[in-house]
Amino acid sequence: MVKKIFAQCYIWLILLLLYLPILLIIAWSFTSATNVGEWTGFTFELYPALFQDKEIMTALGNTVIIALLSGVISTLLGTTGAIGVYYMRHKRARKTFDMINQIGIVNAEIVIALSLCVMFVFLGTYIFRTNIFGFWTLLIGHCVLGVPFVYTSVQPRLKQMDPSLYEAAIDLGAKPRQALTRVVVPELVPGILSGFLLAVTLSLDDFIVTTFTRGSGLLSGANSIETLSTLVQAKIKKGPIPTEMRALTTLIFVLVLAIVIGVTIYRSVKAKKKAKQLGLNRGA
Amino acid sequence: MKSKSEQVAKLERKKNKKPSAIHFRRRDLCIPYALFMILFIIVPIVIIICYAFSDGNGNFSFNALVNFFTSKSKWNTLLVSLFIALQTTIICILIGYPLAYFLANKKFNKNAVLITLFIAPMWINFVLRTGATRDLLTWMGINGGNYPYLATLIGMVYNYLPFVILPLYTTFLHLDQSQLEAAADLGANPWQVFTRSIIPQSIPGVISAFLMTFMPSMSSYVISDTLSEGKITLFGNYIYLDFTNNAWNDGSFMALIMLILVGLSMLITRGGSNQEDERGGSGLW
Repeated sequence: MVKKIFAQCYIWLILLLLYLPILLIIAWSFTSATNVGEWTGFTFELYPALFQDKEIMTALGNTVIIALLSGVISTLLGTTGAIGVYYMRHKRARKTFDMINQIGIVNAEIVIALSLCVMFVFLGTYIFRTNIFGFWTLLIGHCVLGVPFVYTSVQPRLKQMDPSLYEAAIDLGAKPRQALTRVVVPELVPGILSGFLLAVTLSLDDFIVTTFTRGSGLLSGANSIETLSTLVQAKIKKGPIPTEMRALTTLIFVLVLAIVIGVTIYRSVKAKKKAKQLGLNRGA
Repeated sequence: MKSKSEQVAKLERKKNKKPSAIHFRRRDLCIPYALFMILFIIVPIVIIICYAFSDGNGNFSFNALVNFFTSKSKWNTLLVSLFIALQTTIICILIGYPLAYFLANKKFNKNAVLITLFIAPMWINFVLRTGATRDLLTWMGINGGNYPYLATLIGMVYNYLPFVILPLYTTFLHLDQSQLEAAADLGANPWQVFTRSIIPQSIPGVISAFLMTFMPSMSSYVISDTLSEGKITLFGNYIYLDFTNNAWNDGSFMALIMLILVGLSMLITRGGSNQEDERGGSGLW
């Protein structure tokens, strides 16, 4: 019993410490003081100000577009890659691709960013003869972050899958294409989904790859593309988190919390349904 | 009789179809992936290696190598980065190990949602989180001006703790319960069960937690830059600086060193994962 109380205390203490910075920012999103720590009266005015701040809204739009696009592209590339490599005949080829993929995962972000940057400069000076930095280079950079993770989250699903499923589909008259899209891919859905989420998360959080691969374009127009990360970094280098961004942090936090709660409720409802069904079966 | 005629028809269909339609093979699906990986992961690394061993005019030279090994500040940066990364990792594992154990053990925690709460901060923008940590620390008086090292370390631990908790949690969820029971039945006291059975079983989780924390914290840029107000230069910051100052060859050489370290860590993971595969296999049989 004492052990249990200790464990619970420890868990909640660390949780509180982990959330302390965010909670502080949330508390100070209801006052307009410049610095966190000085309270100048309760107000909601930061929230409307946030939506009127063009800089932040542009960055937010860019971030979401890039995250979703790179998430979808990474998922397509990673999933087809995992399926293709899984069905390769030679073990050595499979091992080679696994290794290349592993490089993509463990490689330091700054090395990825720099090597891409150097390559784009190289391509720009010797092949395209113009500055090629822009939306496409940025998108490629974010896909480089995402693809290896999608591959590794799909691969274990493939290995767990019953290999005779595909053969059965073919024997029952499905064309290879149909067997893949109707039998194999549905089996992989959980892996594909978690890969997609990982790719999106990586893209949303990324700072270094963005700074080294971006150029003008997207919602930023002729200026360098700003994502949330680069904008926040530029601001916090000079001083505390800008007041409107405190409101933004609060909104993001509420969104994340809502998703967590939603998923939890969905899961528990599903589990209850399953339990009920099992009970009914047993009763029958 | 009927089946035979069907088979013949099938064979004929196959014969007719093969030359005309493009034959679809499952392994061809990996072509876009393979092209992407080679073009945007392998080729850039090769270019970086080329840059590391050439001078400003593109001729082969060991300048960058000599510069690195004779520069005191670069050596210093490397050592400081290794030290901070090691410290971060050890602190994270010290905090995260019991935490993951408590979370995964039904005796202490029946609430499976709690682990999600530990992972949830990762979905708030990383730079924003770092800024929040900085503002909190400044409010508490531990700002980068006074305590750059401490502030950086706290920021690192804040950021990498979830990366340690997750792999350890998964390991603890899959502990071989029968082995623990057997140990207890054979007369081991709880402490012995812990040191002789739980700790050895959790080593793969510790290794993967180590790798998830050590390399990224060594090469991180934003955390040290923000929290120490630019006073502490880690390996990542140095590479960044070299590139923004147009010292590409030197920067590439440092990136190469980072790559070598990454390669070493890959070798360790490979060893770990092989072991896990074997274990999985034996479990199946």
